Amino acid sequence: MSATRIYIARDSAARSVNADAVAKAIEQQARARGQIVEIVRTGSHGLLWLEPLVEVAGPQGRTAYGPVRVGDVVGLFEAGFLHGAPHDLSLGPVEEIDFFKRQHRFTFARVGVVDPLSLDDYRAHGGWQGLERARTIGPQAVVDEIANSGLRGRGGAGFPAHIKWSAVQEAQSERKYVVCNADEGDSGTFADRMLMEGDPFLLIEGMAICAYAVGSDRGVVYIRSEYPDAIATMGAAVKSARAAGIFGGAFDIEIRIGAGAYICGEETALLESIEGRRGQVRAKPPLPVQSGLFGRPTLVHNVLTLAAAPFILTQGGPAYAAQGMGRSRGTMPIQLAGNIKRAGLFEAPFGLTLRELVYDVGGGTASGRPVGAVQVGGPLGAYFPDSLLDVAFDYESLAQAGGLLGHGGIVVFDDSVDMSAQARFAFSFCAIESCGKCTPCRIGSTRGMETLDKIATGVEPEKNKALLKDLMNVMADGSLCALGGLTHLPVSSAMKHFPQEFEPGNRST
Amino acid sequence: MNASAFDALEVESIAAAEIARALDFYGPDGRGAAPLLPILHALQHAFGYIDDEALPILARMLNISQAELRGVVSFYHDFRRAPAGRHRLKICRAEACQSLGCEALVAYLAQAFHLAPGQTTPDGALTLESVYCLGDCALGPAALIDDELIGRLDKERIDALMSEVRK
Ligand SMILES: Cc1cc2nc3c(=O)[nH]c(=O)nc-3n(C[C@H](O)[C@H](O)[C@H](O)COP(=O)(O)O)c2cc1C
Ligand code: SF4
Ligand code: FES
Repeated sequence: MSATRIYIARDSAARSVNADAVAKAIEQQARARGQIVEIVRTGSHGLLWLEPLVEVAGPQGRTAYGPVRVGDVVGLFEAGFLHGAPHDLSLGPVEEIDFFKRQHRFTFARVGVVDPLSLDDYRAHGGWQGLERARTIGPQAVVDEIANSGLRGRGGAGFPAHIKWSAVQEAQSERKYVVCNADEGDSGTFADRMLMEGDPFLLIEGMAICAYAVGSDRGVVYIRSEYPDAIATMGAAVKSARAAGIFGGAFDIEIRIGAGAYICGEETALLESIEGRRGQVRAKPPLPVQSGLFGRPTLVHNVLTLAAAPFILTQGGPAYAAQGMGRSRGTMPIQLAGNIKRAGLFEAPFGLTLRELVYDVGGGTASGRPVGAVQVGGPLGAYFPDSLLDVAFDYESLAQAGGLLGHGGIVVFDDSVDMSAQARFAFSFCAIESCGKCTPCRIGSTRGMETLDKIATGVEPEKNKALLKDLMNVMADGSLCALGGLTHLPVSSAMKHFPQEFEPGNRST
Repeated sequence: MNASAFDALEVESIAAAEIARALDFYGPDGRGAAPLLPILHALQHAFGYIDDEALPILARMLNISQAELRGVVSFYHDFRRAPAGRHRLKICRAEACQSLGCEALVAYLAQAFHLAPGQTTPDGALTLESVYCLGDCALGPAALIDDELIGRLDKERIDALMSEVRK
């Protein structure tokens, strides 16, 4: 009798809702019943509301069940799930689930499918082909492919990637660095984490392609300490890639661990942190591409930017650019988070509207109440009311609507949300996470909180609203980076779209 | 994460290992403070916190001033200057978890266990801390107990955790 293969995610989100215990219970039940199963732990497909999701391999492919609780396991065996039999938790094949079917998985193609740390799996699913092609066509042609793809930085600013690649390629230095920004501090975002836990070799391949193109022999992945699983998986993957000779002695990668500072996601603060200093933002110029880590030409990219490179090199820049809208080319791993029914990772070409994402894809709120507000792009992103969700999800459309795309996180709140408290939190977060270099950011954020409190309690509300406006202008103009410079966005969007919530006495907390 | 007694020799050997690793990977760029964050993480892992007595040793070995060193240790939220409880519960209080009721859980911890973020239970079993996003924003409210991520945190789970850590 051959073993039945069962796939269960080892992604930390799946584990956070008991995937390990479910895997163990299945193993025990199988043993007790004399049935042979082989459990493969994969990344998560991103249908996170269905985790723990269990897939059983059969002659027709994989059949999914979820969300599975430990208490469901005996019932699944009795129903015959090892043969794909129907059960209350049956979901059919993952590829047929609407949430999955609507996606274009360029970057996340392997996540949820393969064993993340199996080099054999990686190669069998098209791994290393981008790197091999890069080495065949040469550095300049690699940068041309990136240019043709239209790829823009996925870390927040959306700057065209190839311009930075060219700059580092042209820089003269005996040492150049490729630094992967895996600090992913924005609330509502987890795509970097899922990629590192679910397909770490893809990021390694992306970094190796980039290093080859720009002439770098050292790469650093800076991962936030809040991600212990991603740190472990990336560490193990780098070790086995190195041992397998993937880098050919020409490149190597170190994993660096952050220490709980949101500002270290800002690229120059991140470089300071690697150098062993306080994570304070550097004045620009010089840009990191000229003088970055240890004063060397340095290419800093987000995880998703680097992880897009293997697809672009394998399929060609135009294949990537064929998707998307306007100047936002390719796909974005969108993260649906917070109070939303179908929460998870949804990779799609730019251009869907927020309404489609929140309602058609996400199914509205998890609580079943009306949508109250939607924050897009992390803690520095704008709040949108339900009436303004027809804006398209791409860099330019969101900017035009007074928001930003950021790292692609969408956080849904139901109508119990208190927008005055959310605005206050934006200032409070800025105060907690400020690197302290600019006075408007360091001090202004606390003043902002106090002023909002006065407005909420009815102390000269009109005068204080005017004061707040001035304060936000000073912060926007007098801040070195986007933390102080954009904190006004969640605040002013909340005040603009939800004015009634800033009337005295309306704050619930 | 158990706090153990300060040990100068162990501090030196941890620091020496990280210094060697930095020089190996970065070459001359790895001199000075480059290995500092890995050293601080390793010290905190070994001792549970960064003891003041470690600072002059590190300053000497890295050839940086103690003032600079203190500045770094105090900048990062992760590094503790004093021992924490035997377990650390980090509860996420960022926006996605707010939308799923994390503040009600913080209030519950205060009301039922007299525990506010930054505080340790009197028996030293658990330290509560606030964090801002654990990357589990689809399945919040989220928390980390030591290195284990918990999703869909609720009062029942908090009750269970509190009695578990007190065993
Ligand atoms: C306050 C602040 C926080 C940031 N956090 C992150 C982050 O967590 N991850 C990230 O990739 N970029 C972050 N960025 C953007 C980086 O500074 C930088 O633009 C990015 O890493 C460049 O990579 P990209 O070209 O791939 O986008 C942040 C910027 C600011 C101002
Ligand atoms: S705006 Fe704030 S976080 Fe950014 S550099 Fe200035 S003080 Fe630091
Ligand atoms: S906001 Fe709580 S885990 Fe991301």
